Amino acid sequence: MSVNLKELSLKQETLASGHRLCAGCGIGTIVRMLTHACDYPLVVANATGCCEVSTTVYPYTAWRSSWIHNAFENASATISGVEAAYKSLRRQGKLDQEFRFMAIGGDGGTFDIGIQSLSGALERGHRFVYVCYDNEAYMNTGIQRSSATPLGANTTTSPVGKVIPGKSRNRKNLTEIVVGHRIPYIAQASPSNWRDLIRKARKAFETDGPAFLNILQPCVPGWRYEPNQSIELARRAVETCYWPLYEVENGEYKVNYQPKVKLPLTEFIKDQGRFSHLLRPANAEVLAALQANIDREWELLLKRAGVAPKEAQPAATT
Amino acid sequence: MATKTANRIAVTGNAGVAQAMRQIRPDVVAAYPITPQSDVVEEFSTFVAEGTVPTEFLPVESEHSALSACVGASAAGARVMTATSSQGLAYMWEVLYIAAGNRCPIVMINVNRALSAPINIHCDHSDSMGTLHSGWIQLYCKNAQEGYDSTIMAVRIAEHPDIQLPVMVCYDGFIVSHGITSLEMVDDEEVASFIGTRKPPYSLLDAEHPISMGNLAFTDYYMEVKRQQAEAMRHAPRVIQEVQEEFGKLTGRHYGMFETYRLDDADFVLVALNSTASTSEIVVDELRGKGVKAGILRPRVMRPFPWQEIAQALSRASAVAVLDRAQSPGGNGGPLAIEVRSALYELERRPRMINGIYGLGGRDILMSDIRSVYDRLQKLAEGRGPSEFEFYLGVRGD
Repeated sequence: MSVNLKELSLKQETLASGHRLCAGCGIGTIVRMLTHACDYPLVVANATGCCEVSTTVYPYTAWRSSWIHNAFENASATISGVEAAYKSLRRQGKLDQEFRFMAIGGDGGTFDIGIQSLSGALERGHRFVYVCYDNEAYMNTGIQRSSATPLGANTTTSPVGKVIPGKSRNRKNLTEIVVGHRIPYIAQASPSNWRDLIRKARKAFETDGPAFLNILQPCVPGWRYEPNQSIELARRAVETCYWPLYEVENGEYKVNYQPKVKLPLTEFIKDQGRFSHLLRPANAEVLAALQANIDREWELLLKRAGVAPKEAQPAATT
Repeated sequence: MATKTANRIAVTGNAGVAQAMRQIRPDVVAAYPITPQSDVVEEFSTFVAEGTVPTEFLPVESEHSALSACVGASAAGARVMTATSSQGLAYMWEVLYIAAGNRCPIVMINVNRALSAPINIHCDHSDSMGTLHSGWIQLYCKNAQEGYDSTIMAVRIAEHPDIQLPVMVCYDGFIVSHGITSLEMVDDEEVASFIGTRKPPYSLLDAEHPISMGNLAFTDYYMEVKRQQAEAMRHAPRVIQEVQEEFGKLTGRHYGMFETYRLDDADFVLVALNSTASTSEIVVDELRGKGVKAGILRPRVMRPFPWQEIAQALSRASAVAVLDRAQSPGGNGGPLAIEVRSALYELERRPRMINGIYGLGGRDILMSDIRSVYDRLQKLAEGRGPSEFEFYLGVRGD
């Protein structure tokens, strides 16, 4: 299952240019990679959010596949209805063509308001790929904190003030919550590691049952960085083990990438406005707590995957 | 004609409606159980388990997901049904508007039940009355037979090319849903040919013609979309009547936009929905025996509300009592009273009108209650008796 750039470049784009995503937004890149990984006609259910509002402003659409938006919290239930219709119509001989199904939502539509709908659809075992583009806050509505927002991040509802230095809670691990559903295929991916992302998307579309992809999506206005840095920031998230690339296939963990040198978290946060206050000496404890959380999650993951951690790394910067 | 005694069965309202669903053979049903709707879903599940229907049944984790899945399935070209009640309908509320706005011809059974708080599982109409403005066609049924018949007709109405709107079939929780009555079924084949197959104008499952549905419409287009939706509803009275006429020819059971009982020469008219209207007929007969010209008007279609016809039908009455099994606290009467009083505005000579709130949370409505309403109407017409517009029936301390 090699990922050949030349072959990919010949495929028709499912997400047409001319959409209204921000310059540098990770969503367009991610969606293009996902749709390139699907060799069948696709039906997409899109939760309310950046991807939805930016790609389908009536009377236009940027989607060349079938696409439906229902509400914020119900992309999973919506796609399960589409998939049920597909199964029923095929079984009755009313439909010949083969399709694949994808639900896509941000961390708001997935981690928070949409988690019940997601959980239900996963448990019912529909054949669909759920993709969370995780930009770590409610970016579409103006950068409010979500349960995916990391400790210390400055958002409009976890603002940095004189007594509170940004978000006071660690982000929750949604991928692990999905693991609890015992579905056949689960993976975390990053647009910086595009071969890995496309390979995982292909696997997800080939899965005969629910598949879940959690993809980190750098957000220019939400994370506050230069628009040409999106992929670089996604890369640093991987190199610091802030966003580990791994998959859980039929319950088996596999870490897909272990950095040769695990970079300190500052390498990921230093160019992001949402974290700038954490570099002040007064907030050293918050930064240390965030680093400790990342380290603990990474160690837990290695343990689950049965991988020995590499030698203790010097805290070098690049 | 065409009454076939061989098809007569004794069933609860819910079981009768489940039979209609079996005969409709929907492509997809997504539902979540709730009292007093549960046995609709349970009965239908057995049809799925036995392979009697080709339906893909989604036993979802909530009513919100039930209707969300219905929207997805309907957009994918499937014939789709669901059923709910009370809190379940309230939980669907957000998606009700989306189903209508996206023009999804879903048929939903709503077994009327009171809304919390206080929590209560018994009948009133506050659940569906709260959704009057959601863009759904609403049919209200007095008994199991009408619930069964309306469920079949709802498919045709919803899917009509001029309509493409969702339809809600409502009947009284426990009183109708759990009461066993005699019901005359239509043959399976006759139902199949009456409803035909769904021919969606577009579908998510047409790879040659991909669509985007549920787009973001800003200030520049939102109103055009909503105006088209209203236009579809304007066609609904004609289509509903066509479908009801055709159904009448098939079964001998004739339905209108509303039903009347001894109304033609009535001075004193009671307007009420569902089972209360039909059981009040006994009181009308009793009063007629005493020379009181009593009558009943039962709205059957609340959306589209046939206000001109209802105003006409009430125009010669001297006094009208609208009975509401729901409140609109602080409003200009209960939900039904607001509709009826507004309808009467166009009349040159308007009857006097009062509004009784009754039966909330399943509180029994007695013959003596109905008698007391007609008594109020007589006194009102004679210019004596209580003059307040809204009053409560059968409540302590009133």
